[in-house]
Amino acid sequence: MPTFVYMTRCDGCGHCVDICPSDIMHIDKTIRRAVNIEPNMCWECYSCVKACPQNAIDVRGYADFAPLGHSVRVLREEEKGTISWKIKFRDGREKNFLSPITTKPWGENIPKLGDLEVPDQSALDSQLLCFEPDALNVDTGLPVISKDKLKEGVYY
Amino acid sequence: MAKRKTVWEDCDILVVGGGMAGTGAAYEARYWGRDMKIICAEKANIDRSGAVAQGLYAINCYMGMQWDENQPEDHVRYARNDLMGLVREDLAFDMARHVDSAVHKFEEWGLPIMRNEESGRYQREGKWQIMIHGESYKPIVAEAARNSADKIYNRIMITHLLMDEGRENRVGGAVGFNCRTGDYHVFRAKAVIVGAGGASHIFKPRSVGEGMGRTWYAPWSSGSAYALPIEVGAKMTQMENRIVLTRFKDGYGPVGAYFLHLKTYTQNTYGEEYESKWYEHTKAMVGEYIDHTPTPTCLRNHAFIEEVKAGRGPIHMVTMEAFQDPHLEEIGWENFLGMTVGQAVVWASQNIDPKYINPELTTSEPYVMGSHATCSGAWVSGPEDISPPEYFWGYNRMLTVDGLFGAGDTVGGTAHKFSSGSFTEGRIAAKAAVKYILDMGNEKIQVSNKQCEDLKEIIYKPLENYTVGRNEITRVLFLQATYYLFKDSNVLKKLWMNIVAV
Repeated sequence: MPTFVYMTRCDGCGHCVDICPSDIMHIDKTIRRAVNIEPNMCWECYSCVKACPQNAIDVRGYADFAPLGHSVRVLREEEKGTISWKIKFRDGREKNFLSPITTKPWGENIPKLGDLEVPDQSALDSQLLCFEPDALNVDTGLPVISKDKLKEGVYY
Repeated sequence: MAKRKTVWEDCDILVVGGGMAGTGAAYEARYWGRDMKIICAEKANIDRSGAVAQGLYAINCYMGMQWDENQPEDHVRYARNDLMGLVREDLAFDMARHVDSAVHKFEEWGLPIMRNEESGRYQREGKWQIMIHGESYKPIVAEAARNSADKIYNRIMITHLLMDEGRENRVGGAVGFNCRTGDYHVFRAKAVIVGAGGASHIFKPRSVGEGMGRTWYAPWSSGSAYALPIEVGAKMTQMENRIVLTRFKDGYGPVGAYFLHLKTYTQNTYGEEYESKWYEHTKAMVGEYIDHTPTPTCLRNHAFIEEVKAGRGPIHMVTMEAFQDPHLEEIGWENFLGMTVGQAVVWASQNIDPKYINPELTTSEPYVMGSHATCSGAWVSGPEDISPPEYFWGYNRMLTVDGLFGAGDTVGGTAHKFSSGSFTEGRIAAKAAVKYILDMGNEKIQVSNKQCEDLKEIIYKPLENYTVGRNEITRVLFLQATYYLFKDSNVLKKLWMNIVAV
């Protein structure tokens, strides 16, 4: 049971169901709480843990090789743009880590390519992608190599 | 067959899969195809889907052309050496020459890329890798895809491609089912870009029981990248290739940052360096490749496996020296928390602090994929300006089926793309797909209802088999059958096996 849910904290909101890449976080129809229906298909990716507004989801290691008594907790603060981790060893030792998750306000710096000027036929026929060659940050343009050179075989 | 709703969608470009390759494709397609209808179908939620769902702590493919660190041909040389000669140089070169522009955009969008304080350049982990705080790598690129696509369907599992009935060997779209509603979805499209995932769980995982899902590659990577093109007759390449990785035991924690940045090293159980012992043995097998620098990863892994077979395992990673430096210790841990949290969980549970204990390594089970240090996948056309004639047939990244494009795990022969290269390949494929559609002019795709209905029957057949046959089987089989039938991830696997058997 890699992810598991604290029943007293879960309010059945379904954020974990919505985000789980393995599609194994489901809402139990009887108790109306989230439950990992297929623990052996859980990647321990923490997507649901980070998404849970109630901090109701936790992870323990796989029973096959991880004894109980440890914890790795996470707090992802989207507004602050940070993620904090607390690792608790089985013997009680602790480690704490803090990392940024973004450097910009969410979404504001991602352009809508549909609003840009329409590329002309010569751009379409070239090998350049959107924002190139500028985005390559080189003066020499997009690199090319002659077809013969590619056929020289293995060289080192 | 129980009555299931069919949802129809007609579009110009269908992107199958919303991982790194799929988001790259959806993003770029809009720039070139302004009036086109661009749809992306993803079986999970694109904010956390694909191999980067968990985040990444490094971008493993960045040339650094702006600082003259590497040029595309250096990358071709490197990838070719690591794969012992088996690469498509034109595809590798093409990906490498574009990849920097994608990474620069990631930084502009807010992805925290670490900088070297002295040089001001991106912090290198190794020659090709740069270090990032990539917990939100996937949500950031997902936003870019959302800004471009007309619609992104989450929770749609694409299972089959449709073929045009008006012209031979041309794709006509794809079908699949909704994991939530069970509805049948038909996407008729002029061009399809397959950006689906490679294959985990083809081989039995090292761990059994609960630990089965703690595979190295995502357990939800069900091989659609190959199943889809193979079924419509696309030519594939190097499908016999398997990737086996050296990883920290039980948690699959990556070793890249440890080897390259922390300068940790391996030793056998007696504290001996072992790789040089297998030099003659490996040389007899592969010849000059063992003399190349860097040593191809597969040959280093071979030495690892032989050393363990010789009874001198387990192999340990010597971390106790590097971890005395608090800065390196922090990197060592954050490396896991950023992309393989499960390894931190395993170490916490077993009281393994690499500052005081040298942790064990192991080799993973084999995988089939095309984006990491491996090269399985579809045989695709290269770019017009650099590909020799036999490697070019009209449109960059088009498979041997017309209108069918590939990116990421789907494309074979282009190892060492990783996250940034897969995104870049998606962009390349998207531009080519737009050109393909423009060249089609007013030609229409013909997909009959019969083709769609036939595929619908195949998709829902296991459910019917269960209903019809459940009283005919013993209790044990019954339990097994229900287990397989009601697990979304396994329905496809089962289907796939049926198809292979046929």
